Order: sequence, then structure tokens, then C-alpha cells
Amino acid sequence: MTADAPHGAEAPPELVQLLTPEGERVEHPDYDIDLTPEEIRGLYRDLVLVRRVDLEAVALQRQGELGIWASLLGQEAAQIGSGRALAETDMAFPTYREHGVAWCRGVDPVNLLGLFRGVNHGGWDPAEHNFHLYTIVIGSQTLHAVGYAMGVQRDSAEAATIVYFGDGATSQGDVNESFIWASVFNAPVVFFCQNNQWAISEPLEKQSRIPLYRRASGFGFPGVRVDGNDVFACLAVTRKALADARSGQGPMLIEAFTYRMGAHTTSDDPTRYRVAGELEAWKLKDPIERVRAYMFKNQLADQEFFDAIDAEADDLGRDVRKRCLALPDPEPLAIFDHVYAEPHRLMDEERAQFAAYLEGFEG
Amino acid sequence: MSTLTLAKALNEGMRKAMEDDPKVLIMGEDVGKLGGVFRVTDGLQKDFGEQRVIDTPLAESGIIGTAIGLALRGYRPVCEIQFDGFVFPAADQIITQLAKMPLRSLGKVRLPVVVRIPCGGGIGAVEHHSESPEAYFTHTAGLRVVACSNPADAYTMIQQAIRCDDPVVFFEPKRRYWEKAEVDTSAAPAGWPPFDQAQVVRPGTDLTVLAYGPMVKTCLEAAAAAEEDGRSLEVVDLRSLNPLDVARVTESVRKTGRCIVVHEAPVYNGFGAEVAARVTETCFYNLEAPVLRVGGPSTPYPPSRLEDHYLPDLDRVLEAVDRAFAF
Ligand SMILES: Cc1ncc(C[n+]2csc(CCOP(=O)(O)OP(=O)(O)O)c2C)c(N)n1
Ligand SMILES: [Mg+2]
Repeated sequence: MTADAPHGAEAPPELVQLLTPEGERVEHPDYDIDLTPEEIRGLYRDLVLVRRVDLEAVALQRQGELGIWASLLGQEAAQIGSGRALAETDMAFPTYREHGVAWCRGVDPVNLLGLFRGVNHGGWDPAEHNFHLYTIVIGSQTLHAVGYAMGVQRDSAEAATIVYFGDGATSQGDVNESFIWASVFNAPVVFFCQNNQWAISEPLEKQSRIPLYRRASGFGFPGVRVDGNDVFACLAVTRKALADARSGQGPMLIEAFTYRMGAHTTSDDPTRYRVAGELEAWKLKDPIERVRAYMFKNQLADQEFFDAIDAEADDLGRDVRKRCLALPDPEPLAIFDHVYAEPHRLMDEERAQFAAYLEGFEG
Repeated sequence: MSTLTLAKALNEGMRKAMEDDPKVLIMGEDVGKLGGVFRVTDGLQKDFGEQRVIDTPLAESGIIGTAIGLALRGYRPVCEIQFDGFVFPAADQIITQLAKMPLRSLGKVRLPVVVRIPCGGGIGAVEHHSESPEAYFTHTAGLRVVACSNPADAYTMIQQAIRCDDPVVFFEPKRRYWEKAEVDTSAAPAGWPPFDQAQVVRPGTDLTVLAYGPMVKTCLEAAAAAEEDGRSLEVVDLRSLNPLDVARVTESVRKTGRCIVVHEAPVYNGFGAEVAARVTETCFYNLEAPVLRVGGPSTPYPPSRLEDHYLPDLDRVLEAVDRAFAF
């Protein structure tokens, strides 16, 4: 129950949930979803495949093939649910952990690996899949998303913008500025906060004294907390928020209540700051297991289906690995490329000097 | 030809850019009804509407961050930072995002965003209203940095900056906003000098004075005074700080054999250091004296009752000229 529920009235539960950890469908007064068996199988496949790519990336990092990797383990439902809610013309602005959303947008996972391998800083065309570049500076992309949404308004287009950020990011000035901007301009933007309980080693209590979704009311727009491990609920809530945004009803904050099951990144050691029991408790709320249980119970798929998805996942893992290892290192002179869009004489001068220097080693 | 103040020339330049391209937007604090605290955007909201001339919330990071988003959607935002000393809340967005996003995308993203910054002192203002922060931005790859010094350049350079597909930090000499000059608003853009090109604004033979923004006028006055002493100074308005027009600078210094570089910003690690190093490299065998720098003391900008002592003036420039000739 929310603390400020009107007296006597039955307030909706604080956490929007449509599928329990045990795989039971439950009702919510404000949100519902009607999915075909085909769609449910599709969501299950997404969840499994993005977890598999993530696992492969962690392995590649361990073997020295990636410099670092930020795992999405545990956050698959939040990302697939929200990612699959997007219309093609909607625009998504990610952090560095949105591999599941990237998957939904059709971005090749090898592009993501290239960034963490150090081949480039991203390099994909945001306009191609309506999926912006990964942003590493915490919170910066929230303002880009709002600006983009203001552009959508000026184009009189029917599109929404969604922006992802973490619980830690909610303390950043840029995120708070973006809330203000979105509010006063009534921008068609959905703020999707994955509260995975941790910002590296800092627990949520270091960022906020109130549930994050309630921050929205101070800025003048609605906020909702959704079970971030429930792909149905994440899909339903995001779909509604996007539709509202598209139809001119302005911004909304979604707090997806989830858990970072892995380390912050492959460089991190969570045993230094959190107890193992916490992870064990969250494992019982695993985003994939509950969908599997639901499908079994309702005979939406048989063992053959699950085996086929697992086989597809293994193939994908192998393919991604192979193509990651084949990524060539860029040429040294690529350092000077794309710094400016138009000719810039300092770049030309230094490129020529560097080329001459390198040539000195030849022969 | 019309006689325009520098502020009005900027205003006319922006107006022309907005007429030419419906994607050009103006955004900033008080830029709408008020026309900006210096009136540089006066009348633009009235004529182009609130969708194109946007009074923003009071948050500089938000201005630049949302401008980036608008640029991603195909717009060409021209952002006003109200005063030099207030660009720092936006520094993160300018340095980590605006400057680097095009490279991050391997050239697929272009960010034609102009960041206008009224800069420099001499107006008797309180703290944070008289600074010259250009070196922070010239040090950031991915940005172009330019400074206009007179109404004619203001008119053309602001349009060139808006038309440029790279982000441009555009410094405006606030104490020169009200100075008037003839501006040819009918000349075809093809005939304008490129905005990354330096201009010789007074030819001379004995010493090259390099300056930009508010110091150009000071240096021209110094050159006039020096002439009475029989010294012929060539004054070069750098106009573009990143990239620097090394070729034109070199051409001048090879001819004169002496060079001083003048700016309001503190000398230590100021933009003049880069210029001096470059000139030393390209003109070493032509130099009769080391390149000397004239600028503010390496202190914070002082209270306004002291600013006349802080800002380089005609005498400080001439003193440096004397030193250059004494070698
Ligand atoms: C401005 C900034 N400060 C610090 C960092 C270093 N850093 C990277 S991730 C991170 C924690 C982010 O936590 P949260 O927003 O909750 O996202 P999560 O990593 O949990 O997905 C920090 C401090 C950064 N990338 N950017
Ligand atoms: Mg977090």
C-alpha cells in the first residue's frame, strides 16, 4: 500500500505485477495485458537469448577478449518488457547496460561487444534502429531524450521517446533537470528507471529516502512502480505510458523494481558490499523462471520448444563469440577520423604527422 | 550596407538563419519575450513563435542536453548561455556529450549546435559575469571555437556557425555589443571569408599582434598609437581558436619577425600559450624575439573596481611591444 493512499479507499498495490514469481497470472486494477501464446513464446525466447548473449560476453571478458562488460543478469524482464512495448517509430536512449533493449531494437549484439572490446565507442547509427548510442556518463542521456521528444513535438509526429537509467542516476542533476524539462514542455517521454537496488556498491538508501517512482509527483507527472522481473507487467505498464506520451499526455516515470544479480561490471567484486543471501532471495524471483513456469502450467509450450530455444541460444552464443573475435583492431590513423563532421585543419595536420611518424618504422 | 551594433548584427544574422532554415531554433534563459539580457535575440520570438524561440527552465546542463536531443532529431539549436561564468553547469554536457557524440557514432551523428557565450569583462559587473573561459573549450576536441570582434564578422560568423555541421562554441565580446559599424547584409555568403580563417585587420611590417574577441579593438588602438612612435604593427584577428589559422599567422610573423598575443583570459595556460608554441615552431628562424603574451593576471577575475587594472589595455599592449623590440 502506498503510505498516502486515500483513507477508506482500496488503493492499488504499490507494485504492478501481472505474473508472480511462481508463475501465476494476477490481476491489477489499472493494468492488464492480453497476450497470445505466440507472443508469450516470443517474450520467453527474447529473455533466454539476451541472457545467453550476456553470459557469452562475461566469458569473453574473462578470456581477455573484452576489456569490461556490464551484465544485465536479472534485468531481462525489465528490458524485454519495455523494449517490446516500443513502436518502430519510438526512440530509445539507453545507458551502458541495455543489451536487452538493444536486442529488441534489432541492434547486432556484436556492436555492443565492440564497444566493450575497445574497437570503438559504439559506432552504430542511432537512427537506423531508433536506438541511441550507449551513454556512460550517468544520467546525461535523459536530457538528450527529452530534447529529442521536444523535436518530436515540433514535428507533430506521433512517436514516444523512452530513456533508461539506474537508481543511482536518479541523484544526478541531469536526471532531475530532465524531469523538469519534460514536465514543463509536456514532452512525450517515458522515464524508465531500472532500480536494481545497487549503484556499484551503494544501496538505494544512499540515493533516496522515498520510493523512486514517487519522485515524479514532485515534478508534476505520474510515477508507477512495476515488478521489474515480470515481463508481462513491464510490457503492460510501458505500453500504456508510451501510448499516453504519443497522445499528448506528457511524461511518466516507471520504476522497474528489479535486482542486479551479477557484479556491477566484470571489474567489480560484490562480495565486498552485499550478503550472498540477498542474491539467493532474488533468485526465487527470477524473470525467466516465472515465464517458463507459467507456460508449462498453461501448456503454452512443450519440452521440445524449450529445448529448441536453448539450442538457438547456444548457436547465438557461438555466433556472437566468433564474430567478436573476428573484429579487427582499427587502423592507428582512425584516431583522427570522425572527430569533426567538416574538414578541420588540425586533424589533417596531425593525421599527416602521425602517418609520417608511423612510416618511419616501416621497411 | 546598414549601420548595426554588434548585438544587432548577431540578431540579424540569427534572423536570417531562421528564415533560411526552419530547423534553426533559439533556446536559452530569457531569450524570448525579453530578447535576452543583452537583447541579442530581441524580437525573434515575436516573429518566429515560441516553438522556435524557446525560453528554457533555468538550468544550463538542461539547455545543452536538450539541444543535443533536438539536434539528434534534425534541428539546429542555437543556445544562449546568459554569461560566461554560468557555462560551467553545462560543461559536462558540452565536453562529454556535445563534443564526443559524433565520434562515438563514427560520424553517423552530427550535432550542429551553437553555444553562444557573451564573454569578457569591462562592464562593471559582479563576479562570474566577466570571464574568458575559451581555453577550457579550445582544449576539447570535437568543438569548434570562434570569437567575433566586430559587427560585420558577427553577422556572417553566426550564420556560418549555425550552418556548420559541427558543434560551435561562439564567443561574443559583451563590452563591444553596443559598438556600431557598417555591415553589408546583402553580400552573398559565398564571398564571406570562412569562419575558421584569421583576418589581417591592420597591415604592418614590424610586429604581429594576434588577438580575438574584445581585444581586437584594443590592439587596433595600440597599433595606431605605435605608428606615432614609428612602429608598424600588423594586427591579426584570429577569429577561430579551434582550429587556429596557423598558415595566416605564420605568414604574418615570418614577415614581421616579432609577435605578441593578447587576450583577456589569464596568461598562465591561456590560449596564448598554444599560439606562442605554434608560432615558435613555424617561425623559429624568423623570430627576432620570443613570442610574448599579454593577458589577465593568473588570478580569478577581480571585483569590478579593479578590472581596469586586470584587463589588458593599450598601455599593456604597447609595453609588450617595447619588450619585443628590446630583445
Ligand atoms: C557521472 C558519472 N559518475 C560516475 C560514474 C561511474 N559509474 C559507472 S556506473 C555507476 C553506478 C550507476 O548506478 P545506477 O545508476 O544504479 O545504474 P546501474 O549500474 O545499477 O545499472 C557509477 C558510479 C559514471 N559512469 N558517470
Ligand atoms: Mg543500479
